[in-house]
Amino acid sequence: MAIIEIDNLRKTFRSGDVDVHALRGVNLVVQKGEFLAVVGRSGSGKSTLFHILGGLTPPTSGTIKIDGQSLTSLDEAGRTRLRRNSVGFVFQKYNLLPTLTVRDNIDIARDIAGRSEPWDATFLEVLELLGIAQKLDRKPRQLSGGEQQRVAIARAIVNQPAILLADEPTGNLDTENSNMVLDLLRHLNKKTGQTVLMITHDPEAAAFADRTVQMRDGELHGA
Amino acid sequence: MVYKLVYENLKHRPVRTLLSSLAIGLGVTMMLALVGVGEGMLEDQANRARGVGADLVVRAPGSSVVGMGSLSMNQKILDYVRARPHVTLATPIGIHSTGGVSSIMGINYDEFAAMSGGFRFREGGKFTAPDDVIIDDLYAREKKLKVGSVLHTMNRDWRVSGIFASGKLARVMIPLTVLQELASANGKITMIYVKLDNPANTQAVIDAMKQDLPEYPIYAMEELIKQFSVNNLPELKAFIGVVVSLAVLFGFLVVFLAMYTAVLERTREIGILKALGAGPGYVLGILLRETVLLAIIGSLCGIAMSYGTRWLIATFIPASMVQAIVYSWWPIASLITLAGAVLGVLYPALKAARQDALDSLSYD
Repeated sequence: MAIIEIDNLRKTFRSGDVDVHALRGVNLVVQKGEFLAVVGRSGSGKSTLFHILGGLTPPTSGTIKIDGQSLTSLDEAGRTRLRRNSVGFVFQKYNLLPTLTVRDNIDIARDIAGRSEPWDATFLEVLELLGIAQKLDRKPRQLSGGEQQRVAIARAIVNQPAILLADEPTGNLDTENSNMVLDLLRHLNKKTGQTVLMITHDPEAAAFADRTVQMRDGELHGA
Repeated sequence: MVYKLVYENLKHRPVRTLLSSLAIGLGVTMMLALVGVGEGMLEDQANRARGVGADLVVRAPGSSVVGMGSLSMNQKILDYVRARPHVTLATPIGIHSTGGVSSIMGINYDEFAAMSGGFRFREGGKFTAPDDVIIDDLYAREKKLKVGSVLHTMNRDWRVSGIFASGKLARVMIPLTVLQELASANGKITMIYVKLDNPANTQAVIDAMKQDLPEYPIYAMEELIKQFSVNNLPELKAFIGVVVSLAVLFGFLVVFLAMYTAVLERTREIGILKALGAGPGYVLGILLRETVLLAIIGSLCGIAMSYGTRWLIATFIPASMVQAIVYSWWPIASLITLAGAVLGVLYPALKAARQDALDSLSYD
């Protein structure tokens, strides 16, 4: 069952007097429960695809559906709802709120989604799996980079999003921590059936995914 | 959860939170101190008026009910007043302004002492020479005067002959005849305090006097004391209005600057919240709650600081000013400050709410 369906997706930016074609007709289908890596060099358009999939910016043309919901016609409020309910983000720079503890960083995602019930047993297992169950009362500055990224993963999946979008999730980590985070993403994908779409420039990181597609000059190859 | 974030944000920048609160509190203190001084001085004036021990007062035609007045009443009216039925004692008072709200009062010592129940002297005693002055203990403390000290006022030097416990109408008193001479107002007085055989006769005596002296304001003392209210001082009310406006402006500017800086600093964090699905209302709500909390902390600081201003006034200028703590103004001043603060956060909050999530996430 397809959870992401992209057809002839285009994105053009205006930079000064010049039109920059970041995406030039991208087609992609991702199945539910799949772990997909989008690999490409800097400027290839992979981050633009990530931002459109995450509802952070609208496409110029083409169609895109996540879990059957079309993103093409969504306004800002619709994209906000999409981010709240259907997408979980993991960023290269972790993007945790520095003033909050690990527990609160996770809870704020739930609060934004309007959920107040306590964490269920499955999520508590995930926290154990991520190795942060004993560090819930620490602030981000008291954690290593790898630990912060694992908190970001926990925050991204706490609302059980349709897709988990990871943008260079190991970009700021050393090899040991990178492998640990990628292992965890793969483990989560296998254990919970969480669909993961990872953007990376690193072929070694991409090797953890079920399938890899190449992004080059705004076009997707191998999809 | 939002409250936790708000609390942690304020805790994260303790110095800024403290300074913002103190700055917001200054507006509250300004209002509370001004209202407190207005109320305090009127209350003090009323208490000192009670200390005269009179039942009624006859003032000069055209004089204000709570104003100091001047030497404008013909002293001959005193004979008329003394001759009225039920009047047991009538004593003239002369008041001469020495600048601002300060004044010097001329009395007939023995009459005034008899009416008021006598002076309680802390040091020294009554006038014994034409250049003698008696002062109350608060004035002595403020001006650092003792018995025998020289007080320069009305362009001459006076010898302090006695320091009395405050509460007897004026802080500085000299013989009435000396005051009239110096003010070139011989035969002129400011008002007459009247003691009756029975306070129950007060209204009847007033009614009778008003028949003969229709242009003279004549008040029962209790009625006069009730007039010592901010509502009867339009200038004070207007000034309070100005200070309230300044406090609103103050709160607005402080919060505007503090929250504008906070929004700039937290651009990336706002981007994170938006990436997590927070809408403009959620972001707006965080900043509004933060501002309300700052305003509450600021108001508490302001209330605490108003006790500080009261202490400063009571310590350094006890005779010139009295500040009361006006509890009824605590919620008023706090709400006014809150209004200024909310106005101040609107622009930064709307700016934050409208920030593009992607741009915010790219902010370093």
